Amino acid sequence: MKLTPKSATLLVLLVLILLSPVLFPSGYYYRVGALIFVNAIAVTGIVILTGYAGQISLGHAGFAGIGAYACALAPVHLGLHPSLALALGAIISGVIAFLVGRPILRLKGYYLGVATLGFGILVSMVLNNERQLTGGPDGMEVPDLGLRGLLKDAGLDLTNGQFWYWFCGLALILGAWLALNLYNSPTGRALRALHGSEVAARTVGIDVARLKLRAFVISAVYASVSGSLLALQNKFITPDVAGFMHSIEMVTMAVLGGVGSILGAIFGAAVLTLLPQVLTVFAEYEQLVLGLVMMLVMIFLPQGLLPSILRKIRGKGE
Amino acid sequence: MAELLQFLFSGVTVGAVYALVALGFTIIYNASDVVNFAQGEFVMLGGMLTFVCHAAGLPLPLAALIAIVVTSAIGVAMNKLAIEPARGAPVVSLIIITIGASIFIRGGAQLLFGKQIHSFPAFSGDTPLRIGGATILPQSLWVIGGAVVVFVGLWLFFTRTLTGRAVLATSNNRLAAQLVGINTGFVMTLSFALSAGIGALAGVLATPITLTSYDVGLAFALKGFAAAMLGGMGNPKGALAGGFLLGLLEALTAGYLSSQYKDAAAFVVILLVLFFMPQGLFGRKSTERV
Repeated sequence: MKLTPKSATLLVLLVLILLSPVLFPSGYYYRVGALIFVNAIAVTGIVILTGYAGQISLGHAGFAGIGAYACALAPVHLGLHPSLALALGAIISGVIAFLVGRPILRLKGYYLGVATLGFGILVSMVLNNERQLTGGPDGMEVPDLGLRGLLKDAGLDLTNGQFWYWFCGLALILGAWLALNLYNSPTGRALRALHGSEVAARTVGIDVARLKLRAFVISAVYASVSGSLLALQNKFITPDVAGFMHSIEMVTMAVLGGVGSILGAIFGAAVLTLLPQVLTVFAEYEQLVLGLVMMLVMIFLPQGLLPSILRKIRGKGE
Repeated sequence: MAELLQFLFSGVTVGAVYALVALGFTIIYNASDVVNFAQGEFVMLGGMLTFVCHAAGLPLPLAALIAIVVTSAIGVAMNKLAIEPARGAPVVSLIIITIGASIFIRGGAQLLFGKQIHSFPAFSGDTPLRIGGATILPQSLWVIGGAVVVFVGLWLFFTRTLTGRAVLATSNNRLAAQLVGINTGFVMTLSFALSAGIGALAGVLATPITLTSYDVGLAFALKGFAAAMLGGMGNPKGALAGGFLLGLLEALTAGYLSSQYKDAAAFVVILLVLFFMPQGLFGRKSTERV
């Protein structure tokens, strides 16, 4: 039986998520794994925006910030359950992306870059400055999701790290499944067409503006959910989640791993999340190494890490 | 009135620094279509290297000269090692390469110079000059003068010298420039040297006012990028105007509205300008060729 690329991707993901814990030397690695999944969800959104539709965003951390602070603020001020707060954050992010995206997606290349950058900086500035609401740069606490307690009552006793590992892993599978479905849908095909050539796409009757906007909104929702999960997992959040460097991190993870495919981008998320963990011994050299890795991969493996590795393996097989 | 004048003074000073950074962006963009996010690190290197040389006992002018020359060399090295090998890569890859370079330089500076905040003495003393009830530091005049001199120098270079016109030709059409015998590789090297040197000069001039540390580069890069886009990427006049406009906007917002949101004003205006003029204030209309 030959697997379609979609089921193959999902199968690989599922196997990796299920089997990785076998190799974990300590409970700490569940936390690292959960962190990888959270980043991978945001990066899946970037694949839809940049990999499918060919648009750039240097401000997606702004949406992660909205998702994160929705989980921190809505339970306190609106009395919402944290899970509903996550949904509320996703809706707000989607609506904001819709409103902001309409005018700025007319821009191209670097101009789109600076416009999205501006948006991200505005969000992070509001989070930093509205002290009475957000606690300013010191951050604020986030209520417990409460699901782990429920599972415990039902007889499934997981450590905090384990719970978040499985929960975020599940969320990632769901997110990847939706993104893969999108890829093969009429919308996905149209997005890839406009990536190839906007003029050609318009000529065959594709509503370019509307489709770009759709990709932007979907990717914003992914970023928002990722921010929410990060906040709920850490039970604490600072405005750094919406900072410029976080936006860059998302794009870098996706492009480094291979923005053309979900699996590649997730691989990039894993590499860049693990890198600082590996480098903690050489903390002073962390930035130096990170910068070097970014440059070297982009120069020598412009298609991204995973596609280049796969090509090498296949090349040998033939 | 004196209050407004005071805000204008500080706005023009900051604006001059942004204009210098934006000019650096413009030169590299014209020569290679790359937006160099490491531009802010050149500003940091200019200030930081001047401090190190000055602290080692060299006279200030010599220290500044060394800083500018060394930074230019770093710019050239960056072009040779990171930009040229990636020629033709998509915009996203180029953004990641230059941001990688900026993180690399920042990490290196942190290792070599530590995390302290540094400064060195102002060129003409610290006694503020009084003009119309407001005060301005002599160093501010140095910064503003620096921006104007660099702009005029660049204008003369691009319009009156053969080498400058070769750079312009390369930015218009690389292949055609090659066909008429222009050494486009040299143009790239020259542009990176020039751009890094101008960035370093901005750092040398501004450090007595703004102070410097290993991590100041990112803020300069973002503001300079914004200023260049505001004016219309690739246009030196736009870079100058965008820089001063951004500085003034910030100073006026800080003075009359809220100092916390001074950076917000700049980006709100940029978003508005781009909504209505997608090519920036002075940008030329471009059409996609199919």
